[in-house]
Amino acid sequence: MPTKLNPVLIGCSVLVYIFLVGPLIIVVGAALSDTTYLTFPPQGLSLRWFENIFEIAAFRRTIITSLQIALLSTGIALLIGIPAAYALNRYRIQLPGWLSTLFVLPVLVPELVLGFSLLKSVAIGFSAPIFVSLVIGHTLLVLPYVVRVISASLAAFDFSVEEAAISLGSPPLKTFFTIVLPNVRSGVIAAFILAFITSINDVSISIFLTGPGISTLPIQILAHVEQFFDPTIASVSVLLMALTVAVMAVVERTLGLTFLAK
Amino acid sequence: MTQPLSVNSITAHYGTTKVLEDLSLDIAEGELVSLLGASGCGKTTTLRLIAGFLQPTSGTITLGGKDLTRLPAHARDIGLVFQNYALFPHMSVADNVGFGLKQRAVNADERKRRVMAMLERVGLTQFADRYPAALSGGQKQRVALARALVIEPPLLMFDEPLSNLDAKLRVDMRVEIRQLQRANGTTSVYVTHDQEEAFSISDRVAIMHQGRIMQLDTPERLYQRPANAFVARFVGFENLIAMRVVARDGIKITAEAAGGVRLTLSLEHYGEIPDSFVLACRADGLAVTADMAHEGIPATLGLRTYLGRAYQYQCETAAGHLVANGPLTTPLEPGSTAKLVPVPEQCTILKPE
Repeated sequence: MPTKLNPVLIGCSVLVYIFLVGPLIIVVGAALSDTTYLTFPPQGLSLRWFENIFEIAAFRRTIITSLQIALLSTGIALLIGIPAAYALNRYRIQLPGWLSTLFVLPVLVPELVLGFSLLKSVAIGFSAPIFVSLVIGHTLLVLPYVVRVISASLAAFDFSVEEAAISLGSPPLKTFFTIVLPNVRSGVIAAFILAFITSINDVSISIFLTGPGISTLPIQILAHVEQFFDPTIASVSVLLMALTVAVMAVVERTLGLTFLAK
Repeated sequence: MTQPLSVNSITAHYGTTKVLEDLSLDIAEGELVSLLGASGCGKTTTLRLIAGFLQPTSGTITLGGKDLTRLPAHARDIGLVFQNYALFPHMSVADNVGFGLKQRAVNADERKRRVMAMLERVGLTQFADRYPAALSGGQKQRVALARALVIEPPLLMFDEPLSNLDAKLRVDMRVEIRQLQRANGTTSVYVTHDQEEAFSISDRVAIMHQGRIMQLDTPERLYQRPANAFVARFVGFENLIAMRVVARDGIKITAEAAGGVRLTLSLEHYGEIPDSFVLACRADGLAVTADMAHEGIPATLGLRTYLGRAYQYQCETAAGHLVANGPLTTPLEPGSTAKLVPVPEQCTILKPE
């Protein structure tokens, strides 16, 4: 039976694409403009605002810091989140139902509140170094996503497969790495990407935790916009997008290929 | 290689709920014993206790004289076949089968040889490089079987291995499982809720109910001589008539059921008959006759159904509702009266409940 295309649905889809892709086009366009102010469509064509990023030391520094924090907090969140998600699913019958909800709660707390509490407790209370506070803050920020995404993956995993491996003589911990983990690889990749992007784009928590000498890229962008209105921020945004896409590609390549072979 | 299994008065709990009570089970070397029962009867729990995925509250499990009770599951050396196959989705058929050998540090050449030999035995040589997702249900279960057998375990356990297959394949596979098990002479525990499957495949069957073994016996004896009312109902004895002896005269016993129904029973057929007992038989063991002069249970016939080999009647009697079969040659009309005559060869005497 041939399906008739619904014009209303097509219209909606087109609108969604315009809203999704439109801003990207404008940002990329503005970044390439030869003018000293933000404008779209671009007037002239130049890469000098991209060069400008690297001429400003604060941008160079914050790009590195943001990458470090994103990778560290995502890594720590995976180290905590994978075992947590595993336990939540493996022992689902024995565990109370609200426990998995508990792991999602931080998402419901406004990030500004979370950032402020962290400032009070970690940064001031424990007088932790700025970089450490940022890593702790971002780990907390991305952990719910990690637990949620990997849980979804584990929910589809048949734990009798794990028992089969154990019965064949593979100890439980080894079984986790050789049998369970390879089968939730797609979930781990998705969690990694989601956590990384969330961390690298975060403003509301970082704004409380950054301090003298140490800042993240989004905070630096904010600071730059307050003083300048040149297309540098547009080119930084493009760079941020490119960085995200690059990380996704690398993760897909390193972790994803064998998964696709299945 | 293969060894006898002994489960000694195991009690197990899920939280505070007792799921197994003082369960004992001895399985001889090379024997296949089925655990049969409805869901929740404790059969899977028993299997998981033996496998080491659950810990008993008390009792011991020994395999070939070795105490397994406190041994972790991965050190028990037991081959397991699961209901949903539980193949490793990210490994080829050959790697699935070779997994257990790899854990035993068998070198690659030897491993390959044994995997291919085992795949040949289950007829899957040409599927060695396929992934589980590309196999049919029957093929998956053959891979699971090969994977469990290739490590030459002293004990093999099956957890409802055929429940996910269609009816025709189920029958073929159970023959195949039995042949492989016989050929290897591996001591086996087979969990199922399917009576026909259990009876056809097993040396002995344990019928379980509420965490206890109600009877452990050969399929023949279970089918013909159930030990109690629960097992009798389970194996299809529709008619359980509570009776008490009113007169003993040599080998002739006169017994009375509710409503004053009297029957004469011969000790020749039944051996001992206690003063109070239950006469149990299937519909086939209760013949319907229109001859009201015959000794038997007077009945009013209800619904008649056609079974192919006989007509079956739902009967109302003074001793309660009974089901009886009558010959195809003389169909009787619903509403008419008849006598129900117990056929001694197909009846058995049970202790009262």
